[in-house]
Amino acid sequence: MDAAEKEEISVEDEAVDKNIFKDCSKIAFYRRQKQWLSKKSTYRALLDSVTAGKESTRFQIINEAAKVPLLAEVYGIEGNIFRLKINEETPLKPRYEVPDVLTSKPSTVRLISCSGDTGSLVLANGKGDLKCHITANPFKIDLVAEEEVVMSINSLGQLYFEQLQIPPKQSTATKENEEDTSDNTTQENQEELGLWEEKFRNFVDVKDNGPASIGLDFSLHGFEHVYGIPQHAESHQLKNTSDGDAYRLYNLDVYGYKIHDKMGIYGSVPYLLAHKLGRTLGIFWLNASETLVEINTEPAVKYALTQTGPVAAKQKVRSQTDVHWMSESGIIDVFLLTGPTPSDVFKQYSYLTGTQAMPPLFSLGYHQCRWNYEDEHDVKSVDAGFDEHDIPYDVMWLDIEHTEGKRYFTWDKKRFPYPKRMQELLRSKKRKLVVISDPHIKIDPDYLVYAKAKEQGFFVRNHEGGDFEGVCWPGLSSYLDFTSPKVREWYSSLFAFSVYQQMATAEGLIQRSKGKERPFVLTRSFFAGSQRYGAVWTGDNTAEWSYLKISIPMLLTLSVTGISFCGADVGGFIGNPEAELLVRWYQAGAYQPFFRGHATKDTKRREPWLFGEEHTQLIQEAIRERYTLLPYWYSLFYSAHVASQPVMRPLWVEFPDELETFGVEDEYMLGSALLVHPVTEPKATVVDVFLPGSNEVWYDSKTFSHWKGACTVKIPVALDTIPVFQRGGSVVPIKTTIGRSTGCMTDSPYGLWVALSTKGSAVGEFYLDDGHSFQYLHQKQFLHRKFSFASGVLTNSCADKRGHYASKCVVEKILVLGLKKQPSSVTSHSPDGKAQPVAFTYCAKTSTLNLEKFSLNVGADWKVQIQ
Amino acid sequence: MLLVLLLLPMCWAVEVKRPRGVSLTNHHFYDESKPFTCLDGSASVPFDQVNDDYCDCKDGSDEPGTAACPNGSFHCTNTGYKPLYISSRWVNDGVCDCCDGTDEYNSGIVCENTCKEKGRKERETLQQMAEVTREGFRLKKILIEDWKKVREEKQKKLIELQAGKKSLEDQVELLRTLKEEAEKPEKEAKDQHRKLWEEQLAASKARREQELAISAFQELDDDMDGAVSMAELQTHPELDTDGDGALSEGEAQTLLGGDTQTDAASFSDRIWAAIRDKYRSEVLPTDPPSPSAPDLTEPKEEQPPVPSQPTEEEDEEEEETEEEEEEGEEGEEEDSQVPGEQPKETPPPVVPPQTASPTEEDKMPPYDEQTQAFINAAQEARNKFEEAERSLKDVEESIRNLEQEISFDFGPHGEFAYLYSQCYELTTNEYVYRLCPFKLVSQKPKLGGSPTSLGTWGSWAGPDHDKFSAMKYEQGTGCWQGPNRSTTVRLLCGKETVVTSTTEPSRCEYLMELMTPAACPEPPPEPPAGDHDEL
Repeated sequence: MDAAEKEEISVEDEAVDKNIFKDCSKIAFYRRQKQWLSKKSTYRALLDSVTAGKESTRFQIINEAAKVPLLAEVYGIEGNIFRLKINEETPLKPRYEVPDVLTSKPSTVRLISCSGDTGSLVLANGKGDLKCHITANPFKIDLVAEEEVVMSINSLGQLYFEQLQIPPKQSTATKENEEDTSDNTTQENQEELGLWEEKFRNFVDVKDNGPASIGLDFSLHGFEHVYGIPQHAESHQLKNTSDGDAYRLYNLDVYGYKIHDKMGIYGSVPYLLAHKLGRTLGIFWLNASETLVEINTEPAVKYALTQTGPVAAKQKVRSQTDVHWMSESGIIDVFLLTGPTPSDVFKQYSYLTGTQAMPPLFSLGYHQCRWNYEDEHDVKSVDAGFDEHDIPYDVMWLDIEHTEGKRYFTWDKKRFPYPKRMQELLRSKKRKLVVISDPHIKIDPDYLVYAKAKEQGFFVRNHEGGDFEGVCWPGLSSYLDFTSPKVREWYSSLFAFSVYQQMATAEGLIQRSKGKERPFVLTRSFFAGSQRYGAVWTGDNTAEWSYLKISIPMLLTLSVTGISFCGADVGGFIGNPEAELLVRWYQAGAYQPFFRGHATKDTKRREPWLFGEEHTQLIQEAIRERYTLLPYWYSLFYSAHVASQPVMRPLWVEFPDELETFGVEDEYMLGSALLVHPVTEPKATVVDVFLPGSNEVWYDSKTFSHWKGACTVKIPVALDTIPVFQRGGSVVPIKTTIGRSTGCMTDSPYGLWVALSTKGSAVGEFYLDDGHSFQYLHQKQFLHRKFSFASGVLTNSCADKRGHYASKCVVEKILVLGLKKQPSSVTSHSPDGKAQPVAFTYCAKTSTLNLEKFSLNVGADWKVQIQ
Repeated sequence: MLLVLLLLPMCWAVEVKRPRGVSLTNHHFYDESKPFTCLDGSASVPFDQVNDDYCDCKDGSDEPGTAACPNGSFHCTNTGYKPLYISSRWVNDGVCDCCDGTDEYNSGIVCENTCKEKGRKERETLQQMAEVTREGFRLKKILIEDWKKVREEKQKKLIELQAGKKSLEDQVELLRTLKEEAEKPEKEAKDQHRKLWEEQLAASKARREQELAISAFQELDDDMDGAVSMAELQTHPELDTDGDGALSEGEAQTLLGGDTQTDAASFSDRIWAAIRDKYRSEVLPTDPPSPSAPDLTEPKEEQPPVPSQPTEEEDEEEEETEEEEEEGEEGEEEDSQVPGEQPKETPPPVVPPQTASPTEEDKMPPYDEQTQAFINAAQEARNKFEEAERSLKDVEESIRNLEQEISFDFGPHGEFAYLYSQCYELTTNEYVYRLCPFKLVSQKPKLGGSPTSLGTWGSWAGPDHDKFSAMKYEQGTGCWQGPNRSTTVRLLCGKETVVTSTTEPSRCEYLMELMTPAACPEPPPEPPAGDHDEL
């Protein structure tokens, strides 16, 4: 229950009533497309109409039934991306093209047209390793990478394009036309197909220019594994939809959403990734209307026993995945990301939609939320509880009840008479307060925000031109039209000029700090590109083990579609978790990017110290592990911010050549160094952990036991066990002491976990800045260091010479895992060339070397030699 | 506590040299002339490693003044206020935790020394609290004395009631015997009366049956030869026994008991009984004989035979099917007729008895004088007995209540007893909360509406060492999709008895605070007058 687009009025149902949401059978454009496609009518490209412009190559495509030609455009985009646009050549009025998602107009590269035989056209990139092979009849595009057809478009003939029409009443004069468009549409049939009007429950959708849906198919050759298109409470690897509902992309508030379901929930990113050995591809379907995606995977058939000779047999061996996109309106505008590696695809996608915003450091700490902390006294005592139990946390949250009757931008004067005093208290401990703000505005002429927005005409309109009204938590409300830049600007100003209000929206917060401070904004409603503005959480989940478990694939899916800063409500928003579930959830949440405990108002209080001393300690320990690893988290976010690499990574991303990793979703990588396998089963005593990579070695982060990769190991677990493994060859920076908040730990020393590879080497990066401002960007005030270990020497060197940032922090402890031989001496070489012996202890049993009493500045060039 | 605070300044006069963050009581462990041994004995390090910002001891004791150890503690002297241990991880973290500011000596921030001010406030608060406690405790002693007296009175009353109860019990027993004696002749007389009437009824029934048989015989005896033959019987096809709709000779003969004819006497004796239920009189309609015995007592109101209505739509389909079938079978069926349970074939041969107004015969005649007299006498005995029994119950109830109150756990000295029959209210913005101690808690909307129970008395609910510091009220009105409401009442020392706050920390779990002198602990002996004046 927080900032999001609210579509439905029901907010209190304990379990989701699926009847109030549409499935495919209730979606008219789905029925229309299915009906039409069954007629097998095909398009052909008019290749004699080809014009090669500066930016794109254009040609017409035509369908015998529709007669009116469509215009297709193929673009080459920088970074090995193709873009295909299909639109009406002369629509009645411009069809909607999604603004504000692409960071800027993508730079195009000229495609070389080297037409093949008649009836086809080949467009190649400069290097010639990527080609679009366009076939005229039936219209089809093959994407050829390094002489291999990796993808075909419209090879199943599912291209569909409904053209805008003049309403039948107005077009009686052009009778002929009407017959064209509405042949065999009786009144009843019209209603059934939702041509001019579509009803669902008490909602009526009027279509001024008739149906306008679009659709297109993509066949991915040799691919069996596809991912992405959040948000669904589903597995990470997308499932075959041939015997059920398609994946729906449509932002909805679904309180207590059902899991393992393809219904759309809070947010949507119409972006799909496909992966096979040797290649990763992306399909970014830039369309913001309601969208359905059908997936059909034909697995590889081994040794097809046919008598048709070796060639045919070989073809049958190949697997294929067909992806069929259908959208309610707009145009076909699709980007084909050609990889070839997962990392390349991430870069290609972020080139289009932007990278993860660099979060302020505090937002990576622990957040404490509840709907609702009742009053100032409540806030004070919860805050004191954290200190009393010595549990670090960074952010206190207030949900909607802090306002005067859910009029956002106001304070309830009875509950919060002195908001400034309350914020001072938190500030004195270097903690923050975050408050909620929803997009609906209570209809109340005496409410200044409403009156102003009404006067300015800032609300979303209904079909008749009046302000749309809906019921949400404040009662009858109107909804600000955030698609308008003017409305956004006005809304931002509300934050900037509110003295007592610490409300968060990115622009407003930046404005308020006069452009200096990095904002922190959390949302559960999102679209492609939302990563540029902050964090996303998975909405109203439930306090059940199954929801803890599904949080991992849900976050992995968000992560590979650009949204690195994501999390699920720890403990489950709805219902009361038992102590064991809560502990396990804290342990899992501590290793997920956005880490916040949250609960709905009907639940029992569940602050970390309310479940007995044993559980308090376990939760404290989990949160402390989070704070210990903050330098690593922060460095990962920097990598997401500048290099587009997700923070939380499915195993297939790190091990793209290991087939066994492609379907794994109960464990994942944090960056490239840590493998996390959270315990998600009650009363677990052992978990099966798959450690990938035949050339890898893995170290248990607590016991330092190690295993060779490419095996599944049985790890015994107690209630205090969080199975985390460090990959050989990595260096992880940590904090050695934990304060009560990130702000209190600024000067505390660092440690390094150096885990040696089978070759005895390791490497890792470290990023540091002031943690809150834009100076890292504008003044290059940052430190980017590289730690590398080779031939017994650990080196701290500069990774980015542009950055300068003075830190008085020292590296205090170094732990080297996997050192086979006890050293005879360890010497440090400081920047001034001084050599000093370093005290150490060595444990032969676990092959670990502990360097102690170390005190070299984290930002200086130094070496440590182990002999 | 008060005394200790007052004495503290004297100790502080002697400044003892000790490492940063070490308390006075621990300073002798830190002797700079010797190596330092960790307080847990786990290791020993050169003294210059104490507070060198590197953690050597597992228990953190070598770094009492730095943040180096994750589990160390830092001691603030807090001159003017209370000494305090803080987590050593809070040292130099930019937050002032000690009022003397000693925890932030190297973080770049300057902490104001607020100990004097805090100490002054603390002493003021303590003084106020002490005053309240003294006065409260004085009142508490009175409450205890009061309860002693009240309890004694109640005990006396209880003894009286218990004595009264004994004699009441005797009386009840006596009256029970009298009642039972009076009921014996009553029963006999009533039974006799009933028996006579039943015999009359049986006789008249037999007579009627005989008449029916005779008239049927006469009807059947078409040739009036004083005998009914097979052929005569065969004129009544409804007597068919094999279901073919006709009465064959064989069937007729069987009905006639193997003979070819029967005379009037054996017809009445043997044959009539076999055919009476099917037989249809030729002179319809006459009042058919009633097959069942008339009601023996009052005739009850008979319902017309309405077929049971199928419930709602679930039976709709079935019903329709039924209707269709019926229509198929019997076109003349009236639309308005509600399809029911009865088979829709020919009307039943013998119509069930219409609810004729009861004939004189069916009604039991009034009791004779003698019987009525027995009844009256018995009734009077019953009334007297019941009245005595009620009085006994009342006394028992009073005894139970008294016993309950006397034995109720009103605290170690009965100091909470005075709350027993009281109620206290607190009005908030929305609700009026009502606490009736040892009984219930409720919540009522301020602007009218019915009260909601927040729980009834459950038990004392303080921690083991302080059981009487809280009460628990349970099993209140259920919450929607939630638990039953419950309330914990925290008891705080105060001069007056008043509900000071009500909150709902968790959904449907309320917390109330009740101030009462009964919760006041015994105050420490009052300090000498001189010291007292200084505060």
